[in-house]
Amino acid sequence: MPFLKYLRRTTCAVLLLAAVLCAQEPLDLVHKRAPAFVRKDLTGRRISLKHYRGKVVLLNFWATWCAPCQVELPKFEEWQRNLGGQGLQIVAVSMDDNAAPVRRLVRGLRLDFPVVMGDARLGDKYGGVLGLPVTYLIDRDGKVVAKFKGETDLDVMEGEIQLTLHK
Amino acid sequence: MLIPALHVYAQGPDAASPALSATTVPEAQQVQPADLAQMLKSDTAVRPLVVQVGSHVMFAQAHIHGSVFAGPGSQTAGLQLLAKAVASIPKDKLIVIYCGCCPWNHCPNIGPAYKRLRDLGFTNVKVLYIAHNFGDDWVAKGYGADKGE
Repeated sequence: MPFLKYLRRTTCAVLLLAAVLCAQEPLDLVHKRAPAFVRKDLTGRRISLKHYRGKVVLLNFWATWCAPCQVELPKFEEWQRNLGGQGLQIVAVSMDDNAAPVRRLVRGLRLDFPVVMGDARLGDKYGGVLGLPVTYLIDRDGKVVAKFKGETDLDVMEGEIQLTLHK
Repeated sequence: MLIPALHVYAQGPDAASPALSATTVPEAQQVQPADLAQMLKSDTAVRPLVVQVGSHVMFAQAHIHGSVFAGPGSQTAGLQLLAKAVASIPKDKLIVIYCGCCPWNHCPNIGPAYKRLRDLGFTNVKVLYIAHNFGDDWVAKGYGADKGE
């Protein structure tokens, strides 16, 4: 009986350790289907990620207080203009706490792609957006092909976009 | 490539000036994640008040176990929240503030929050040095994080 008790305790400890370790593992979405979501953008338009199946989507998590994000956004606007005809769709998710500064910035930058307000729930769906910027490149079948975290070489990002557009 | 004019516009009137970036925090007042994690686990170490001074959306996704939200430090309303959060705390209490929204040298929240606490007379303020972001430098290292409000 003491042995069985020991075995039970050890098994429980091992399972608990495994659960804790799993809890620390971030969700890796690369090569997986991008989690679906539906949000209203800043103009009130309904934006559904599934609606963009057949296009290459650049899903960017950003915020008005994020300096590296400010470098990326004008480039994204340029890509939307130049590559939209080839099937690129940029969707930006602001992780600001409220929409007022986001509207100001979007107006000032004349961003023409959908901008939606994110929250913890959407961040969790995408593996936890615990630092900005984070950008997912999603292919025409809805699969994540690349993830860019932090300050990224935009030439590298553009290269990946081109590859995915012409796959 | 940084576009200075855009940078200033994007941050708005409440933006942290370059003089208040995280890089203005003296190195002696910085604490490494591993050291803070150890301090929080220890039964004998002095228990600090840990305050997240970044974005609430980030806080709700994950925050240091036991920390409180009082931000963002880059905005007037956030600094008022910070002042309120520490209003009844002794001035020599060990307070550790952190953010982790983005790489250390780009964080707009830490510098102003640190300065506000010092201006309020707190003498024992430390800043958690997060080189890259909270996800990579704390959560992924397994130092323990809670979700929610």
